[in-house]
Amino acid sequence: MTHNKDRVFWAGNETIAEAALRAGCNFYAGYPITPSSEIAALLSLRLPQTGGVFLQMEDEIAAMGAVVGGSLGGAKAMTATSGPGFSLKQENIGYAIMSETPCVIVDVQRGGPSTGAPTAPAQSDIMQARWGTHGDHSMIALTPGTPAEVYRETVRAFHLSEAYRTPVMLLIDEIIAHTTESFDIPTDEDLGPIHPRTWYQERYGANSFRPFHDFYQGKHIHITGLSHNERGFATTTPAIIQRGIEHLVNKIELNQKEIERNDTYMLEDAEIALIAFGSPGRASKEAVDIARAEGIKAGLMRIITFWPFPTATIRELVDKVRAVIVPEMNMGMLRGEVERAAMRRDVQLHGVNCVGGVPIEPQQVIDKIREVYRGL
Amino acid sequence: MAFNYANWLRQDLMPHIWCPGCGIGIVLKSAIRAMESLGWNQDTIGFVSGIGCTSRAPGYVDMNTLHTTHGRALTFATGLKMAAPDKNVVVMAGDGDSAAIGGNHLIHSCRRNINITMIIVNNEIYGMTGGQFSPTTPGGARAATAPYGNIDPGFDLCKLTIAAGATYVARGHVANGIYLERLIKGGMAHKGFAVIEVMSNCHTQYGRRNQHPDPAELIEHIASNAVMLTKWDKMTPEEKSGKYPIGVLHKETDKPEYCESFYKLQQHAQERVRDASRKIAEAEAMKPKREGAGGEPSEN
Ligand SMILES: Cc1ncc(C[n+]2csc(CCOP(=O)(O)OP(=O)(O)O)c2C)c(N)n1
Ligand code: SF4
Repeated sequence: MTHNKDRVFWAGNETIAEAALRAGCNFYAGYPITPSSEIAALLSLRLPQTGGVFLQMEDEIAAMGAVVGGSLGGAKAMTATSGPGFSLKQENIGYAIMSETPCVIVDVQRGGPSTGAPTAPAQSDIMQARWGTHGDHSMIALTPGTPAEVYRETVRAFHLSEAYRTPVMLLIDEIIAHTTESFDIPTDEDLGPIHPRTWYQERYGANSFRPFHDFYQGKHIHITGLSHNERGFATTTPAIIQRGIEHLVNKIELNQKEIERNDTYMLEDAEIALIAFGSPGRASKEAVDIARAEGIKAGLMRIITFWPFPTATIRELVDKVRAVIVPEMNMGMLRGEVERAAMRRDVQLHGVNCVGGVPIEPQQVIDKIREVYRGL
Repeated sequence: MAFNYANWLRQDLMPHIWCPGCGIGIVLKSAIRAMESLGWNQDTIGFVSGIGCTSRAPGYVDMNTLHTTHGRALTFATGLKMAAPDKNVVVMAGDGDSAAIGGNHLIHSCRRNINITMIIVNNEIYGMTGGQFSPTTPGGARAATAPYGNIDPGFDLCKLTIAAGATYVARGHVANGIYLERLIKGGMAHKGFAVIEVMSNCHTQYGRRNQHPDPAELIEHIASNAVMLTKWDKMTPEEKSGKYPIGVLHKETDKPEYCESFYKLQQHAQERVRDASRKIAEAEAMKPKREGAGGEPSEN
């Protein structure tokens, strides 16, 4: 066996920090909060080494403001947070959406509401990621489930944020954040080229309502969170306001094909489909193996791009199976979306819901598969 | 010769939203003159604000402008400054924007001593939202949310920012734009966090409720309570009552500026990386070359 210099032994938070640097991230602003803090600690060490900026601000509101300011100054900027910190960021996340400022927001999900269970895993911020800030908009949120995938999706988050000129959320849970595993760092070929901001400015004009420029590029640009016209200046003209909001939604929803990513396992002939994201995806995969050994035709769809939601893909899937089971660490946020996607089709829909702050075990999933199978 | 503002304004965006007679325009013009007299090029200026009447100023000036969220201007400005530290960042915001919802960011920006100029237009009221009391509304004054008179004690923004670590703190008022320009210019030329508090008039929301509905008369009232610092220092507490000092109230030049401190930290971090790689290379060179061992050592 030859020595593999790309093999690493990292926890998810470490992976995110290193992958961000690989993606060209040169600006971080944050505020400490469990279970995301290691990302900040690592970047406080690494960013100055690579000529980047690290800021620990006075709160998460300030951190999110600084990230938008940094991005407008030309930086590839990110922040990371959890629970209450994610709530505090919401107003300025809306600003980033409205002002079409690229940035990456990592949310390491922990138990809530409020201070909740700070050191325990959860997946209950997925709706807040979509709808946490007021007003109409779309959202890109990625939910990787394996270490190499966390790496790849972190890099992709930066790409998508600049291509679609919008904040991109990367959501993991505490289990992924703190489980140390060995994996191979994706190669340059796997990741694809990494481009400077100017490349995106030249190429992705169509995804922008107002011209895509940063500060100090000679354009004297104006940025506002007010509804604005195509030059960026505030407007109260209903038709322009309407066009602006439609643009914020359409630039993402109409390009869903390019953004969507799922992982499927043994779905071809499945009668029972599991739909999961993040760490419950792994328990689900194991449960599929056990079910198959027992002769139950189970399969798994693991969602990697959670928003925009893979509605069409799921609609197709539910047409082919007799039952769907959704294991998730919340009270049914994904299940609700699956139900919406299924549009009252004649399919059974079940959940495995764990909100006690412990991971979902394969046993819980296989128990549910057997129960559903008996009732088919 | 009269100053030509044409180069500095987005004239196609006029008329502006401010009430006739509002002091904000005087402050903005003073800031523009200060920028020009410092020889600043428009493209090297980041002009940032929050939300409020004052914070509408960036929309009208021809440079890189950023109209952010209520209270958060300094957070965006800090990010912008750190991403491009060679550019000039100026923030302009109202008293509510700066000292109520944005109070935390104000004191922490002072503490960092980051090279940003902060112009606070203090009209002692929330103008844009209809005249609610702010953290600088005088005791007893009427406001939309203080129909019985304001019982909230106010901040002295200059004392607050001096205590929090700002290294240039000045106060002026809108009755003397020439002097105001000088104070702002001093702040812009200063390396470190500079605060210029400008006492201004909101006759529409404040004056109307407090016996000064006429703008000129309110501006005169504001000016009549101002005392030059040199004179202020010699006054008794009784004489000071109801008055306020103007001038450069605080200036220090030996405190480290934040961007510079961060630059030094970067240099240090990079030096340590170079040291470590040198040591690794040296250790590699010392390793005895084993004959015939061939290739990299195996993982096990
Ligand atoms: C988070 C948030 N809360 C409240 C408001 C409403 N709001 C807009 S401007 C303003 C106060 C304006 O007063 P000030 O900052 O003193 O500026 P002025 O209008 O007097 O220049 C408020 C409360 C808002 N825009 N955002
Ligand atoms: S409401 Fe007051 S602060 Fe606002 S523009 Fe009118 S006078 Fe100026």
